Amino acid sequence: MNDLIHRPILPLGQRPKLIELAQVGKVFNGQVTALRDMALTVNAGDFISLLGPSGCGKSTALRLIAGLSTPTQGRILWEGGQGAGDLGVVFQEPTLMPWATVAQNVYLPFRLRGQSFPSVKGEIDEALALVGLSAFAEAYPRELSGGMKMRVSIARALVTNPRLILMDEPFAALDEITRHKLNTDLLALREKIGCTVIFVTHSVFESVFLSDRIVVMAARPGRVIEEVLVTAPYPRDEVFRTSADYAAHCQVASQALHRAMGDAT
Amino acid sequence: MSDALLDPEEARRLRGKRVERVAKWALPVVVLVVLLVLWDRLIVWYEIPHYLLPGPGRVIETLVKDWAMLFEAFLVTLQITLLALAVAVIGGVGLAVLFNQSRFAEMSFYPYAVILQVTPVVAIAPLIFIYVENRTVGLLLCAWIVAFFPILSNTTLGLNSTDHNLRDLFRIYGASRWQRLRYLQLPSALPYFLGGLRIAGGLSLIGAIVAEYVAGTGGIGSGLAFRILEAGYRLNIPRMFAALLLIAVTGVVIFAGLSFLSHMLLRRWHESALKRDS
Ligand SMILES: Nc1ncnc2c1ncn2[C@@H]1O[C@H](COP(=O)(O)OP(=O)(O)OP(=O)(O)O)[C@@H](O)[C@H]1O
Ligand SMILES: [Mg+2]
Repeated sequence: MNDLIHRPILPLGQRPKLIELAQVGKVFNGQVTALRDMALTVNAGDFISLLGPSGCGKSTALRLIAGLSTPTQGRILWEGGQGAGDLGVVFQEPTLMPWATVAQNVYLPFRLRGQSFPSVKGEIDEALALVGLSAFAEAYPRELSGGMKMRVSIARALVTNPRLILMDEPFAALDEITRHKLNTDLLALREKIGCTVIFVTHSVFESVFLSDRIVVMAARPGRVIEEVLVTAPYPRDEVFRTSADYAAHCQVASQALHRAMGDAT
Repeated sequence: MSDALLDPEEARRLRGKRVERVAKWALPVVVLVVLLVLWDRLIVWYEIPHYLLPGPGRVIETLVKDWAMLFEAFLVTLQITLLALAVAVIGGVGLAVLFNQSRFAEMSFYPYAVILQVTPVVAIAPLIFIYVENRTVGLLLCAWIVAFFPILSNTTLGLNSTDHNLRDLFRIYGASRWQRLRYLQLPSALPYFLGGLRIAGGLSLIGAIVAEYVAGTGGIGSGLAFRILEAGYRLNIPRMFAALLLIAVTGVVIFAGLSFLSHMLLRRWHESALKRDS
């Protein structure tokens, strides 16, 4: 069971560039400026949170990176081009196919690439093991709790060994206990496979706990206001959550968010 | 489970469930028996002659006596009904997929599908039998016109009701149009299709019966509707009742069969097949 590659995570500042957003803008219907002049360099190994009030273009930015919509201005460049399976996505809802078992759901990215189930069984088993759901491979989504469904969604996102995983408020609909647990598990996962993550959230606390870079955004028009670095070392766990370091970072991020919201009104 | 674990409320709920399970079957049977007895008694009390209204006993008697003829007619009607249903499934699903894949095809033809649906089949049937030589084909066509629309409209609805996040996911993973149809849209549409199928099952029986009435010619290969017409001319009321009984049983069996099929296909994953307490 060693099908998923482990990529080492280098310290901030030494990471190779993965994706570059150059002055990216999106205007809907020629009138609504959802995003203006977004410049962001995503490096391999980054855990970036997009933090900002509702309507500041976080989801729009994510959809642009995912290639689900095209920028009105600017460009998005993948270093070395984007290959098949380079991208995994987790939405706010688990977005599972209710008619398929957990294993079949995780198999989806391979199925759409024309690979047979037996040929990727190893990857699927390992992805399920990583999210702690090996015992539920043959279960149907409706038999799982909300948190477990989200885990399946995460397993599906990382099963192709993507260079980048996009997550749009994945835990927003879950209760706090489950959310904390999933946050901790997500970090452990990242530590294990070394993937790069862009994570959208409304929560200052969640963004500080998870990320090493917090991109703070403001609305009307959606734009990046500033970037906050969280220098606390990984692995982070429940101890970090109660540390003074954590509290200090939360305060910095919170103030940045207030500046962003003040800007907007 | 030990009874010690049941508080009074739970015990009451369990008892209620047990009663309900029996009542679901027992009550309709009781109603049936009461009605049959009442029917039988009324005929005796008011001395109604059997050529006006036969008693239930006589209807059964006729059913047994005319079984050979009625059963043959039943097979004919059943065959038309099932064939029409099969063609309705192929036509309905085929058109739904076509409309879903091509907006222009939908814009062009959907209005005519609606017109075909809203025009009463009794009005179209005589024309069909003028232009279509083969009687079976004519019957099939009539039954199909009635039955295909619920399948078309339900399947169309289902194909368009896919989760938009799943759609995005398929796009991200570079799914082809065919893959999206096969792995996303068709499974999403299955519950809708099965709902349409249940309606279409009943409608194709109605379509077959109505078409037989209109076609009206008898001889070899005539169905139950024609037997009713024929018995009506001869004032053979008991046989009319017996044939009617067979038609009703056919409808119920078709509905039950399709419901069972639907349950088997959806029971693992769909909410409609989910059993919940309370
Ligand atoms: N398809 C669209 N058509 C028109 N306007 C859109 C579209 N998608 C987003 N917008 C607008 O663009 C702006 C940014 O939307 P976006 O969904 O990116 O915000 P968000 O930061 O994700 O908000 P939330 O936190 O509520 O999810 C909003 O004003 C929204 O109304
Ligand atoms: Mg959003």
